[in-house]
This record gives sequence, C-alpha cells and structure tokens, in this order.
Amino acid sequence: MSERRAKPFSITAMPGFATIAILAFVLLYVPIITMVIYSFNASNSVALWGGFSFRWYAIAWENDTVQEATVRSLVIAVSAALIASTLATLAALGTTRRKKFKGQTFVYVMINQPLMVPEIVTAVALLIFFAAIKKATGYTGLAYLILAHSAFCVPFAYLPIRARLEGMDLTLERAAADLYATPFQTFRRITLPLMAPGIAAGAMLSFVISLDDVIITEFVKSAGQDTLPTYMLGQLRRAVTPEVNAISTALLGLTVLLLTAFFLLTRKRG
Amino acid sequence: MTTDTAVEAVNAARHYGQGQYAVKALDDVSLSIRKGEFFTLLGPSGCGKTTLLRLIAGFETPTSGQILLSGKDITAIPPNRRRVNTVFQSYALFPHLSVARNIAFGLEMLGRPKSEIAPRVTDMLRLVQLDQMAERKPAMLSGGQQQRVALARALAPEPEVLLLDEPLSALDLKLRKEMQLELKRLQTETGITFVFVTHDQEEALTMSDRIGVMKAGKLQQVGGPREIYNGPVNRFVADFIGETNFLTGTAAGDTVRIATGETLAVPGAGQGPVTLAIRPEQIRIADDGPLTATLTQTVYFGTDTHCHLRLGDGTDLVARLQSPPSGDVGLSAGQTLRLAPVPGSVQVLEEG
Ligand SMILES: Nc1ncnc2c1ncn2[C@@H]1O[C@H](COP(=O)(O)OP(=O)(O)OP(=O)(O)O)[C@@H](O)[C@H]1O
Ligand SMILES: [Mg+2]
Repeated sequence: MSERRAKPFSITAMPGFATIAILAFVLLYVPIITMVIYSFNASNSVALWGGFSFRWYAIAWENDTVQEATVRSLVIAVSAALIASTLATLAALGTTRRKKFKGQTFVYVMINQPLMVPEIVTAVALLIFFAAIKKATGYTGLAYLILAHSAFCVPFAYLPIRARLEGMDLTLERAAADLYATPFQTFRRITLPLMAPGIAAGAMLSFVISLDDVIITEFVKSAGQDTLPTYMLGQLRRAVTPEVNAISTALLGLTVLLLTAFFLLTRKRG
Repeated sequence: MTTDTAVEAVNAARHYGQGQYAVKALDDVSLSIRKGEFFTLLGPSGCGKTTLLRLIAGFETPTSGQILLSGKDITAIPPNRRRVNTVFQSYALFPHLSVARNIAFGLEMLGRPKSEIAPRVTDMLRLVQLDQMAERKPAMLSGGQQQRVALARALAPEPEVLLLDEPLSALDLKLRKEMQLELKRLQTETGITFVFVTHDQEEALTMSDRIGVMKAGKLQQVGGPREIYNGPVNRFVADFIGETNFLTGTAAGDTVRIATGETLAVPGAGQGPVTLAIRPEQIRIADDGPLTATLTQTVYFGTDTHCHLRLGDGTDLVARLQSPPSGDVGLSAGQTLRLAPVPGSVQVLEEG
C-alpha cells in the first residue's frame, strides 16, 4: 500500500471554494432580487425606495404599447415554439431512427447552426434577406419575425427531443410491428407518445428563448412591431422608470414557471 | 403443399457485413415446424437462433431462401401482416400503456371491435394469472410478471405461430422452473405452435416436442428430445446435449477397436475410423467388462456419484453411478476397474 494514496481531486476541497461559490451566487441573484424588489417601488425612481406598491404593474398593464407588445411577443413565441418543435421532431426522427450514415456529424452541425453562429450575424443576414423579400412582395407582417424566431429555436427544441429518442428502445417499435401495427400506427401509438415529453420540453424551451430575444427581433422587425424586450430596450434609451422592472419581473415569473415545467417533464422519463 | 406445417424455412440464409467482416449468421437452413408443436431452437451463443426467429417474424429478410407460413411464401411480407407474434427477450412492453392496454394492442391493430377485445383481455389476464394487475403500468411489475404480460400480449391475437426468444433467461432459477411449466401448459391449452429459443439444453429437453440443434449458422440435427439425446448425429450435438464421453477407434462391422487396443461390441458400427459417444450413466462396473480403467477421483452428487476414470491410453471417462443408501460407492482412487457400456448405448458419430 502506498503511503501517500492520492485522494481523488475534489473541487470542493480547494481553498476559497466556498467564498467563490457564494460570490458567484450573489452575482447571479442579487441583481435579479433587487429588480424584483424595486418593481414594487412606489416612487418614480429605480434607485430610491419610496414604499411598497403595485403602481408600476398597473401602469404597465394599462399602457397600450405594452399590451400590444405583450400580445405580439406571445403570438411570436407560441408560433415559433410550435414551428420549431415540429421541425425539430422531424429532424430528430430523421437523424436517430436509422443506422449511422455518412455525414451524420455534419447534419448535426447544420441543425445546430444557430447555436454556433453569432446571433448578430444571423440577425444581419436575416435583415438583408427579408428586406429583399419585403421589397419584392410588399408584405410587412409578423411572419418575418415568426420565421426568424422559429429558425433560431430549432436547435433548442432539437436537443431534448433527440435525447429522448436516443434513450428509447427500438425493440418497442419492432414489438408494435409484430403486433400488426402499420408503420404509421407504430409512430402514432408508440413512438410519438413516448417522445411527447421531449417535444413538450423542446417547445417550452423554444417559447422562452423566443420570448426574450432582442438582437434578431431588433433587426428583423418592421416599424411598430415591438415585442416586449425591444419595447423595454427602447424605454431604457429614455427615462428609466420602475415600469421596466415590473415588466421584467412579470417575464421572469412566466419564464420560471415554464422552466420548472420543463425540468419536471424531462426528469420524469421512462 | 402440406397443411400440417406451421413454419418452413427453405434454404434460408442471412449474411451480415461484407468482405472480411462477412458473417453467415444463418447458412442455408431448411427446417419445417409442425402445427401445434413445441419446437425448440438450441445452440450456443451466436449460432444464429435469433436471426432465424427474426426471419420468421419478418424483422429481417433472408439473403437467400424462403420462409413459408402454413405453406404460403411470406418472405416479402412485412411483420405487421404476418400472423406471427414474438415474446421478446427484453419483453419490450409498452411503458406508457397499462397491462390491459398492452395485451389489447394486437387486437386493436387488427381492428377487432371493442366488444370482442375486452373479454379477450380478461381471459388472457386470467390465463397468465394477472387479473389484479390490469391497470398497472409495466414498470410497476416484477420481472416474472412482466414476462407473463409479454406472453399474454403475444398470445392475445391468437397467432399461428408464437416465437419466444430466450424468454426465461432473465429469471431466477425458481421462477424459471415455474415459467417452464407454465409455458408448456399454455402451449398445450392454446394449441398454438411455439418456436422457443434457448441455449439451455435441460430446458430444451424438458419442454420440447422437437428440438433443432444449431451451430455456426447451420442446423445440425432435428428430432425429439430422446432421439437427440440418445442418437446425436455428431460430436457437437452429443457434447452440447448433456455430458458424454468420447472414444475414437476403428470400426470393423459390429465391433470397434478403440485406441487402447480393446474391442467394444457396437452393432452396425460400419468400417474405418469412428468416434463413439457413451453417456456417463450408461457405463457400468463389471468384472467381465471390455474396458480397463484406473479410478482417479469420485465426486459425490447426492443421488449420483461421478467416477472419473482413465483408460490405458490416457483417455478420461466419467461414469455416473447411483449412490448406494450408505452414500459410499466403496471405491478408492488408484483402483483398477473393468467397465462395460450398457448394451446398445454406444453411439457412433459422424465427425462434426
Ligand atoms: N445486425 C447484425 N449485423 C452484423 N452481424 C450480426 C447482426 N445480427 C447478428 N449478427 C451476427 O450473426 C451471428 C448470429 O447472431 P444471432 O443473434 O442470431 O445469435 P444467437 O444464436 O441468437 O446468439 P445468442 O444466444 O447470444 O442470442 C452472430 O455472429 C452475430 O454477431
Ligand atoms: Mg439471440
């Protein structure tokens, strides 16, 4: 037996670990908590506390521009989530339900492109591309934003769906075929229900990602097509009021709700 | 066309891979399985048992040859249009469906009316003694219970043939013995043709009407358990089914002169070099026996005592004697004994 038996490396045993960990958490959460607290500020300032009130929530709620931006954000996020998760489901089926093929890695990279290309590059590319189409067709509706959001949401939807499919036993599909199910019935009755939690997770992730996108939206939107995040960005250029805090806090609440659902869904597998 | 055959394989072959990686998983197998029989495919790991089942179920198409079901060529028909059901080794129960819905699945896919499915599911649940578990999900069942659901699910649509791929290998010994009896009972009750895969020779002998022994993608011998045990066609089959002793020698009509120079009476041994097989329980100690051997060891097994013996040329033999009431056969290592095979028990093998 060796005298100095090497202990396995443990990061928690390193000096200063606790301090760094606490600092990291402070950095992560103190700003958010401050924002939430100040959203209930009665005064006009974002920095001076003037007592507790729902005043800024009421103001934001009654603001027509905020209402419109909220509806727009939700329409885009829901559409993008639906489109992206549908496309991602097809992509996942196409890349996992078969033998390994030549160029498989290449296809993965292609599907995950939006994760790797800087968002600003995608934004500029879309701006130029859509500008040409807008000019040619004269159409300036929400479809551009929905398409753009769908595109960058695909990889976020694809990852959980693919993970789910890869964890699925192929024998189950064989068993269904053995029990007289046609290929479509097998998909409908076995494959789809089993991958549903993955699809739901993918859709929710897409929804959240779309909901808070600024860069691509800012570049692609036509006049008067502010979403909540771009509206808030616009507000910041003028006087900052706790209204922004209130909207952010509401968005935060929605996001936390969805992400919780996402984790519950992905955890409860099999 | 014979109507009493359930499944037939005609020169069926299945090759995998190419060039130096080519594997003949199934190499020109012709086999016919009768309606209503319990047929077992027996062979060591990798000999092609699962491959043959897959060809019958339709998950794979043969590289060459044909598969017939009740005399009809089904080689090109997909699995969902074959009246054949499989009990998978991993059970492959649908995790999101209840036990009852799992069992109903095949009937639903066949488009049977609900009024027919419900009572059938109840019957199947009773048959496999799972009446209380109908609404449970598969994950909430024990291994043995899952196994029975898999069985009920495959039997519910009343297939012409039921394929079972080592269905008992995941169970512990006691449960395994129980399920062996249960399977046999189900097969007799339903009259469905069972094609059962195992690499356990004892399981094959106790359950089957007929056994097909396979080796390296080829069918070695097909026959009833007694026929295979008492008349193996080659050394591989003799060795794989039960314990046996091999002796080599030269045949001359009804006698064989073995390597030690001693002569055994073997009716119909033929001419030239042969391999003989003698089961351990067919060797007796007899003062006028034709073989002389030295006892090297005795091993007590309860009802039996195994005597390890060495012939003059160094060939080792095992003889299985029934233990006397005292438990002591009264032999000691080093002793010289004379042995005689029970008349008619010596088998002449082809090399293989
Ligand atoms: N999809 C495949 N690709 C390549 N080779 C295969 C494939 N399936 C089976 N084989 C090969 O074919 C041979 C027979 O396999 P098979 O699964 O039929 O054996 P088995 O008798 O069922 O064995 P076991 O008792 O271990 O289940 C093996 O050598 C195996 O490696
Ligand atoms: Mg196998």
